[in-house]
Amino acid sequence: MTAAAANAKSRAARTKKIRQFVTPEGVDLELKIASAGLRFGALLVDMILIQLALLLFWLLMLWIGVAAQSDVTEVIWMLGAFLLRTFWFIGFELGSRAATPGKRLMGIRVVARDGGRLTADAVVARNLIRELELFLPLMMLGAGVAQDSVSGWIMLAGVLWSLTLSLFLLFNRDRMRMGDLIAGTWVVMAQRVKLDADIAVDAAGDAMTFSEEELAVYGIFELQELERVLRGRDPRAMRDVADAIRAKIGRPVAEEDDVFLLSYYRQLKARLERKLLFGKRREDKYASD
Amino acid sequence: MIPPAASTRAIDAPSFSTSRFRAEREADWIAFDLLLTRLEKKGAAALTSDELLQLPLLYRATLSSLSIARATSLDKALLDHLEALSIRGYFLVYGVRETRLNRLRRFFLYDWPAAVRSVWKETLIISLIILLGAMTSYSLVSSNPEWYFNFVDEEMSGGRDPRATAEFLQSTLGHGKAAADKGESGLHVFATYLFTHNSQVSILSFALGFAFGIPTMMLEYYQGIGLGAMMAIFSAKGLGFDFGGWLFIHGTTELFAAALSGAAGLRIGGAVVFPGARGRLQAAADAGRTAGKVMVGVILMLFAAGLLEGFGRQLITDTMLRYAIGSLMLLFWLAYYYIPRREDVT
Repeated sequence: MTAAAANAKSRAARTKKIRQFVTPEGVDLELKIASAGLRFGALLVDMILIQLALLLFWLLMLWIGVAAQSDVTEVIWMLGAFLLRTFWFIGFELGSRAATPGKRLMGIRVVARDGGRLTADAVVARNLIRELELFLPLMMLGAGVAQDSVSGWIMLAGVLWSLTLSLFLLFNRDRMRMGDLIAGTWVVMAQRVKLDADIAVDAAGDAMTFSEEELAVYGIFELQELERVLRGRDPRAMRDVADAIRAKIGRPVAEEDDVFLLSYYRQLKARLERKLLFGKRREDKYASD
Repeated sequence: MIPPAASTRAIDAPSFSTSRFRAEREADWIAFDLLLTRLEKKGAAALTSDELLQLPLLYRATLSSLSIARATSLDKALLDHLEALSIRGYFLVYGVRETRLNRLRRFFLYDWPAAVRSVWKETLIISLIILLGAMTSYSLVSSNPEWYFNFVDEEMSGGRDPRATAEFLQSTLGHGKAAADKGESGLHVFATYLFTHNSQVSILSFALGFAFGIPTMMLEYYQGIGLGAMMAIFSAKGLGFDFGGWLFIHGTTELFAAALSGAAGLRIGGAVVFPGARGRLQAAADAGRTAGKVMVGVILMLFAAGLLEGFGRQLITDTMLRYAIGSLMLLFWLAYYYIPRREDVT
């Protein structure tokens, strides 16, 4: 039963990332903690955007500076660069979506850990700490290079020490970086999901009928995998899945794959949902019926 | 919207079915989605009052749909959509209660001084540490000028060391011939450089606070050391009073800001070490929020200090006037922070 164990394990991994978040109406929103990879991706996107903005800004200032023959542009440049670097994250996270462009792209957002609203001071605190997390390893490297007296090993130790701060989010299960810890925030998934059509009401769904035994072989996990394949509309995947189901329940290849799958999906869903109403939730095909 | 054929079909279906549930409620979800999208793009001003009244109703309808769907439906696409919609709706409905302008006003009137007041203990400690640093290096350099080179970089001192003549030192203070030759060009560049540099040092000294506040205290001590060493050099040549004025005009603001940034860091460090009755995480989060407010204030103070240092100090060369401006700034900050006022309770 290694497959059953693997299934249970992946389900446990998924529930481990879910945090209870009860609204005043008493509904648990079940927020999912954003993974370290997504966080890093978002940071990378933001950094690239900041650099691009700085480059454009620099070219603009250069152009104005040459045209106006004045060094006021240098001041604007220095101030602008500082403001952009410090307030890019703060400005965007104070908005109603609490996410920088990078975070929006990755479908994540910042949330107050206690379920209250995200306050400006929390956003400021978490982003000022970022300064340290990003630049301390670089500074250690720079300091080591600048002073000849510091040996390579000491420099390495310094960089490693500062990296443990920067990579703090890898060492706790809530994926909080140092700034999140100090500000009392979390970064969670906030994707937009389009409302797809209800495939269970499709007219093709009643083309064939399956017996109780034929429907009893699968559980919720398989049902939702089937749903994914049906929504994907990839003929090769549908063929593979249809063949697998036919082999399992012992039916000959007689109908079109999509008709067969849709009928099977519809009746399996109706059966499992009926059981759900009676308080029986069959997670996957390994669970008892 | 769903095609009419499908919806009649779903409603015809026998007894309770999730398709029927969806057909009945779908219009609400779509309306809520549209409303949220407009709210996110254009803010509350874009909605009519009818729509604003609709918002909480649709929000609650969606949450109730989510609860029902979780208990009855196995349609993954539907569940995911409702979950995402509810999360989006929750943060918009409960998220913002204030306009940005209001928030800004409250920050300057109440939050900023209140945050600074609440870290008064830490501010005192950090000020003493800076003073201690200054006194240490002052006494060491006064007794043996060779110590100076241990405290101040060659680069930073710019020739202001024990070997320098009194005339040269005087010129660095903006008096005498050499200073007049330098002219006024590039002042604003200098001021901006000072501001960005000082801000980054302050942010660092705040951010290092979580390591039990020790790196913060070291950083502040080090700032005091540089100051004291410089002071010893100038007073040895009988320029102590002039140097004081040179420092005082912007130093009251800048050192105050440095002390506050250290205090903010120390507050976090203190909360991590001594969380009290709260959990350690909770204590750190509470301290972090107060410290965050202080830090925004520190950056604004440093901006003022940069202006004073870049423009004021270079243009005003009269020592007494420098002292006057410096004291005025100090009085202003003290009054702004520490004079009690009626708190904003809302």
